[in-house]
Amino acid sequence: MTKQTPLALWRRPTFWPVALLALLWLLNAALTPNFARIEVRDGRLFGSLIDVIHRGAPVMLLAVGMTLVIAMRGIDLSVGSVMAMAGAVAAQLIAVHDAPLAVVVAVPLVVAAAAGLWNGLLVTLAGMQPIVATLILLVAGRGVAQLITGGQITTFERPAFQFLGTGALLGVPFTLWLVAGVTLLVGALLRLTPLGLYVESIGGNERAARLAGVRVRAIKVAGYVLTGLCAGLAGLIATADIKAADVSNCGLYIELDAILAVVLGGTSLSGGRARMVGALAGALIMQTLTTTMLMRGIGQEYALVIKAVVALLVCLIYTPRFRGALQRLVGREVHAA
Amino acid sequence: MGVRVWAACLPAGSIAVVSDPLLQMRGIDKWFPGVHALNHVDFSVRPGEVHALIGGNEAGKSTLLKVLTGVLRADGGSITFEGTPLVCGSPAEAVRCGISTIYQEVNLVRTLSVAENLLLGRAPRAWYGLSWRRMRMRAVELLGGLGIDIDVSRPLGSYPVGVQQMVCVARAVDTDARLIVMDEPTSSLDARETRRFFALLEQLRARGLSVIFVTHFLDQVYRISDRITILRNGRQVGVFEAAALPRTHLVAHMLGRSPAEVEAAAGATAAASAVAPERPAAEHATTLGGATPVLSVHDLGRCGTLAPVSLAARAGEVLGFAGLLGSGRTELARLVFGADRADSGVFEVDGRRVKIKGPRRAILLGLAMAPEDRQADGLVQDLSVRENIVLALQAAGRRGAAGGRTGSENAGCGDAGGRGGGFGWGARARQRSLARRFVEQLGIVCADLDQPVRNLSGGNQQKVILARWLACRPRVLILDEPTRGIDVGAKAEIERLVRELCRAGLAVIFISAELDEVARLSDRVLVLRDRRAVGTLERSRISEEAIMAAIAGKGGQEPFQQP
Repeated sequence: MTKQTPLALWRRPTFWPVALLALLWLLNAALTPNFARIEVRDGRLFGSLIDVIHRGAPVMLLAVGMTLVIAMRGIDLSVGSVMAMAGAVAAQLIAVHDAPLAVVVAVPLVVAAAAGLWNGLLVTLAGMQPIVATLILLVAGRGVAQLITGGQITTFERPAFQFLGTGALLGVPFTLWLVAGVTLLVGALLRLTPLGLYVESIGGNERAARLAGVRVRAIKVAGYVLTGLCAGLAGLIATADIKAADVSNCGLYIELDAILAVVLGGTSLSGGRARMVGALAGALIMQTLTTTMLMRGIGQEYALVIKAVVALLVCLIYTPRFRGALQRLVGREVHAA
Repeated sequence: MGVRVWAACLPAGSIAVVSDPLLQMRGIDKWFPGVHALNHVDFSVRPGEVHALIGGNEAGKSTLLKVLTGVLRADGGSITFEGTPLVCGSPAEAVRCGISTIYQEVNLVRTLSVAENLLLGRAPRAWYGLSWRRMRMRAVELLGGLGIDIDVSRPLGSYPVGVQQMVCVARAVDTDARLIVMDEPTSSLDARETRRFFALLEQLRARGLSVIFVTHFLDQVYRISDRITILRNGRQVGVFEAAALPRTHLVAHMLGRSPAEVEAAAGATAAASAVAPERPAAEHATTLGGATPVLSVHDLGRCGTLAPVSLAARAGEVLGFAGLLGSGRTELARLVFGADRADSGVFEVDGRRVKIKGPRRAILLGLAMAPEDRQADGLVQDLSVRENIVLALQAAGRRGAAGGRTGSENAGCGDAGGRGGGFGWGARARQRSLARRFVEQLGIVCADLDQPVRNLSGGNQQKVILARWLACRPRVLILDEPTRGIDVGAKAEIERLVRELCRAGLAVIFISAELDEVARLSDRVLVLRDRRAVGTLERSRISEEAIMAAIAGKGGQEPFQQP
């Protein structure tokens, strides 16, 4: 046995998404006026970068949960609808029942977790394919949200709740704190407890994991519940941000962004590896592109195409064949360990 | 060599039946990277015969059939069919030439009706399109001719597999097949279905059709086939008239032994004990012989998989499972470990009744199983050596320690994670040290503990799985073909390790297709044939030859206890 040799930087799994993000930011700093400027206004930070992170918060939160689910060879299409449900419940609690803040935050999260549990049970107990099981809630969830609000856009005024979406703590937007907190918590669960090992063994070889005594069903369900919770939180942020529960637009198509962020981050849809930091970088890449195009006045039609091109490039880098061709082109031989 | 055996085993009279063969394959060679899968194989089928093609793992049966049916192209040799050279590049072409294949799994469309399945692509037409009425009539007529009376408008999937299988055959007959290749068609049929299926085969034979029949069930070979071709390691070992080939000879040829050896063993049981090699664990086991078994199982069975079996695993003993491929050895191991759900059976651990509902429960009770297929059931290829080693221990969690184990130096592999359980929070360092200890103890050759296990050689991968289970400090260790596909050196090491573990007080269940290994290691051997246990050989009677005789059955006096 030889000593452990540190992996070359470019071979680390999270290198590519983080490097791409850094590259995007550097390019932007050079080319887009005011992109890199961060100033303090009214005791809080302002600037494009801060805005990117703030706007990207919902997708980042979703990506955290989605990474776990995808690493176990599942997928959750229902996150956007769960966001709408959570937002609707929160808005209704404020506008109609004038409930205390703790209730306004807790009840939607419980609803979101229950949605995740539903997904998890359909996948594990009923044995449905994840894409079908969560498709059901993708369709039904938004309907439920509309039932809750009665089809109206429920608006409200509750500064303490709005703080979730627009407030700042120590000058930093509160959403950033939330993302950081959730990331650290889930990251700790993954790296410091056996959960990460279970998740990756289930994704890598479910039969082997079962024969090794891993509680495959329980852990899968836990993954969906966690994703539900993340979606609930994202829904609260989105709702607090606009002071209204807009059920037909809240989190619409956001599941696609979240899945793309996870894939950009290096987690393969065929499961086996969970790359959370990469997924966050992936979410920020997408948001940076969106914000940049807005700042530069590029029309939505081009923006979508450019986003797609970037996503395509990153995904190509993950395919061994393309990477091999790239390495031959650069002329640098990288030997397998 | 094949020729010599052939000549020696054919009684003089049987060569009298000479007719031009329907199919003649001569000197077929097939190479896969690094493997000579078929080595100059000769194979011929006469018109109107059922010809059994048998052999163990990697004998080359399926490769030969794939060459015949155009799935693979041979690297050498010639094929003639009905007197003309056969060139077909695809299964579809083979069907056009008159060779149909019936696979183990029914390959028709279950959601379509029986009639549609039968006449798919050849449906009778009328001026307005498909004629459903005539199609049904054709189907009824076709099936009726073969003695099958079912409602042809119901979906195929609504019938049991046996009937589906027969519909496959009927379709083959209707496409004007002269030769039907059947790859384990009876493997998922029950006894009654098999009888009906054989009646159908006899009809085909009577009509002058030829059948190539692949099966692992020896009884069926003798029940239906006229001739038998045996393959072993890509070579043809012999062609025999079924009626003239004693079972013991058949088994001996499959395992690459001389028939005389086996017969001697079957005849003289006393000789067997003299031949038995020394077994270091023997004296150890004698002292424990009367003690309560660590694990005993009564009437464990699963419908369609395994007839009820009882067994007992004792501390310090190796219990071997012997049998041919498909005899039920792996199925039994999986049932014991809870990997598959049993229909019947009672488990006792240390004399206490327990329930084993799944692998997790089995592990908590102190069982461990290294599965037969290490790629599919054992390793998580993308995870590191360290992660693969700690997986089961970690999954068992702290409760792993509560398995009621007393002998703390079980397996001599020391304690794991302090309390014999999981690692809880922040224990990567402890995981590393545990993994490193096993890597050193078992001599696993790897560059680095964090290297993906995918890059290890077969023998080292097997040792990683062993390490995974030893880390859990099991009391009963089931090893299903632990030496399959690994090199000779690694095999010897694994044998040595099994002995060591046994001496340390572990109960080992050892399964191998190689009878010499089973004979060398085991204190008792449970012999299986055709998915049922046929008996147990006790220590003094174990020898390779005695095991072979038991597998073959019908060896005059049964030299072993009936269960």
